[in-house]
Amino acid sequence: MYSEKLLEHFKNPRNVGVIENADGVGEAGNPKCGDMMTVYIKVKEDVIEDIKFQTFGCAAAIATSSMMTELAKGKKIEEALKISKRDIADALDGLPPIKMHCSLLAEDALKRRLKII
Amino acid sequence: MIDPEDLRKSIKKNTILISIMLVNNEIGNIYPIKELVSIAKEKNIPFHCDAVQALGKIEVDVKKLGVDLLSISAHKIYAPKGVGALFIRKGLKIDPLITGGHQEKNRRGGTENMIGIVGFGKACEIAKHEMREVSERVKRLRDKLEKGIMERIPDVKLNGHPEKRVPTTLNVSFLYVEGESILLNLDMEGIAASSGSACTSGTLDPSHVLTAMGIPHEVAHGSVRFSLGRETTEEDIDYVLEVLPPIIERLRSYSPLYRKAKGGK
Repeated sequence: MYSEKLLEHFKNPRNVGVIENADGVGEAGNPKCGDMMTVYIKVKEDVIEDIKFQTFGCAAAIATSSMMTELAKGKKIEEALKISKRDIADALDGLPPIKMHCSLLAEDALKRRLKII
Repeated sequence: MIDPEDLRKSIKKNTILISIMLVNNEIGNIYPIKELVSIAKEKNIPFHCDAVQALGKIEVDVKKLGVDLLSISAHKIYAPKGVGALFIRKGLKIDPLITGGHQEKNRRGGTENMIGIVGFGKACEIAKHEMREVSERVKRLRDKLEKGIMERIPDVKLNGHPEKRVPTTLNVSFLYVEGESILLNLDMEGIAASSGSACTSGTLDPSHVLTAMGIPHEVAHGSVRFSLGRETTEEDIDYVLEVLPPIIERLRSYSPLYRKAKGGK
């Protein structure tokens, strides 16, 4: 049911971890619902210089988190905030319909829940 | 575990049937059917028991249990899929679910699956003969798996009764990680397990069995069920115990819940 690309990101997620002294932190989801993500960014001259995440969730939640950080890394903040759940899903060669909500987790963490410290 | 008093309290004036399973399919608990039946008898309410998960694992004796109706299914004891049996106490009348034929004394219309029925009968015969020996062997393997997991992996919770449980089931929650991601990793290593977790069933709700037992949702999300059978070997158990700990460790290293629980920012 998962694409090869998604499985590859699930097996080897990119940018996992925590950034100490991050410039921004976003947390989305709820462990009671089975998924939760924290994203950290380091910004230099409006560009996301570094981005890391931690995710509790299913394979799709972990892979979409990984892909979101890949898409956002090196982008200007205003560009990165335009990344949609559709962009994330497309970059993973699609998601099964029942897993579409997983890509919302990553979109939410960056777009709506990010707090600049 | 089911408290017989809870059953007594839930009986209403309009209760016409009580139906309780002998063994729970997700956690393997064996429920005190005999005691529950005696409450139903006091109130004169017919008692049905779903013994599908118990057949071939523990003794299923309709006389000892005292039930009025009992269902079993063939595929649970390595017989062909597609047939089952319903015990009906003499004198009890039931309306047919499928009408339009006189088969099975007007109780279920349609031509019987004769090959399946014969296979089921033979499988029952074999199960009766070998059950004690197989159950002892499987229990030893299950206990080894359970003990091995608890020794090798911290923050694991057993879901189910420590003793009153069939030997074929082990249901555990790995705190701070989600069940499907564990299952998929196990699958990649050639290990088939299952989970009542949200992400496998396509709903957002975790296992209703675990949440009904009072297990918090986030813990229920991390549940995995290992099912053993007559063909499970010692090598299989050793392999799971070798492969599983690094999977959990890796998933926890991704988990913000684990970081928070361990005092991280």
